[in-house]
Amino acid sequence: MSLSEAKAAGFGVPSVQTEGPEPSGRRSRSARVRVAQRRNLTGWIFLLPAALLILAMNFYPMVQAFFISLKTGKGSRLKWADPLWYNYQRLFQDDIFRLTLKNTFIYLIIQVPVMLILALILANLLNNKNLRFKGLFRTAIFLPCAVSLVSYSLVFRTMFATDGFVNDALQWLHIIHSPVNWLGQTGTARMVIILGLLWRWTGYNMVFYLAALQNLDPSTIEAAKIDGANAFQTFWRVTIPQLRPIILLTGIMSTNGTLQLFDESWNLTQGGPANTSMSMAHYIYELAFHRNPNFGYASALSYAILIMVAFLAAFQMKIGDRRD
Amino acid sequence: MTDVTRTWRQVPGYVFLIVAAVISVFPLYFMVVSSTNTSQDVLASKMLPGTNLVQNMRDLLAQQNVGAAMWHSTLNAVTTTVIALIICSIAGYGFEIYHTRGKDRFMGFLLLAIMIPFAATMIPLFQAFASAGFVNSTFAVILPTVSTPFLILLFRQSARSFPHEILEAARIDGLKELSIFGRIFIPTMRSTYAAAAVITFMNAWNAFLWPKVILLDNKAQTMPMLVSNLTAGYVTNYGVLMLAVLLASLPTMIIFLVLQRSFAEGITGAIK
Repeated sequence: MSLSEAKAAGFGVPSVQTEGPEPSGRRSRSARVRVAQRRNLTGWIFLLPAALLILAMNFYPMVQAFFISLKTGKGSRLKWADPLWYNYQRLFQDDIFRLTLKNTFIYLIIQVPVMLILALILANLLNNKNLRFKGLFRTAIFLPCAVSLVSYSLVFRTMFATDGFVNDALQWLHIIHSPVNWLGQTGTARMVIILGLLWRWTGYNMVFYLAALQNLDPSTIEAAKIDGANAFQTFWRVTIPQLRPIILLTGIMSTNGTLQLFDESWNLTQGGPANTSMSMAHYIYELAFHRNPNFGYASALSYAILIMVAFLAAFQMKIGDRRD
Repeated sequence: MTDVTRTWRQVPGYVFLIVAAVISVFPLYFMVVSSTNTSQDVLASKMLPGTNLVQNMRDLLAQQNVGAAMWHSTLNAVTTTVIALIICSIAGYGFEIYHTRGKDRFMGFLLLAIMIPFAATMIPLFQAFASAGFVNSTFAVILPTVSTPFLILLFRQSARSFPHEILEAARIDGLKELSIFGRIFIPTMRSTYAAAAVITFMNAWNAFLWPKVILLDNKAQTMPMLVSNLTAGYVTNYGVLMLAVLLASLPTMIIFLVLQRSFAEGITGAIK
């Protein structure tokens, strides 16, 4: 329908939109307000379904989980705990909780920085205009993102089996003399999880840095070169400071992901040996949905993760926002 | 600097990239090759394709209902993608095109949901769906994941580049607000929809923890749950396991290889 047709048909085409003020300025202002109000309402209606789902599926259960964390009992027969914070008291005396906390922090402290540095280096290398086979390299390094966490965990489990590929390769290279029981020893089991996480997520983060590097102002790099800075100085003093917001974002995302680690712990090491590679989310799952379900205590544990995620995000934002 | 020295200075960079590329691709090569070998050959590190693919397939089908799991994964992922794209894109459009200070603040609040760990919501969600009788249902699998602040943000970001003149012209032409969204915004933003579809489909296909919680009946299991269950027995047949892992990864790997650009845009698009 064209404009003239719409007008002829008497459709509510507000003339305030097209021409200047009408003779009766008062009426047109109120008409404009009405249009604005109607549009404001239209906007709220458009965003309502998605917003309600987020409120109902994220915020509401989060509040509910807090109340559940104040209850005790098996399965669905829950009653208020005495004292109310009983589950939280129990948390501090739970050796397995402390162990899973320690495991998660070992993953976090080693894996996140190593991964982000590797991703930065790779992105910087791939951003070179003169590089050949750029697309091939990028696709190859990004490829691990195409497989699910469960799938790659099981591939790694197979490769790191005691009689598996990794031991064969290392023996062939004379790096080790007898097979190592990678998944059966505390230190190596944790190491395999860290290697898996590095393998799966480095390319993912690299893509963020590549996107950010392409939006950088090239004149800043040129200026540094003219001033006689070498490649490393340019990278460290010019590129990195400009990437700070995106490094902050990837840092928060990776921290968040590592604190919620589940698939790898469940499939790759199955938490073993003796829970020494078990993640916190894995322990919550076992408490809530395995053997004797204990929703109250599991919820208290989930609040421990919630508080850590919030605390670490706030901490990183404080560090990331610092100007020097 | 001469061309020769420049070439030489690039050598460490190339070496680093080649090593990174080989390490990235190798486990996937291992998976593909191992799916055609016997369990003994997998453990003997045979790195060439074998002839045991058909036998592995027979063994896998004898143990697990792969067809059903494939169907459930497809159904969950497609339904999630379609619904998520509709409700999140109209929400992102609503937040941006009709933005007011109230809406901006509300969006800031919704973004906090990104920080809520799934572990902290899965128990009440399980209780709610279980007491309403939705255990083992597609409905329960998809509902908690169809609306994400991330997708809303992605579409809000793309709506920012939607030309104001087109919007005004459409209004003058008498188009209703919903028709402007449906007939003009959606076709214009095809690439954003492609990016959002790729990322949502892959996340939904790969989802593990929530389906594992809510799908108690093995008959309703998805592909990731199926491959995870293959290691539950005392002896693992590695050839069969690698074949199952390959089947579970095939759809997402194909999508990745065909639509890599959309995928990259999908994960980074919301933060431009």
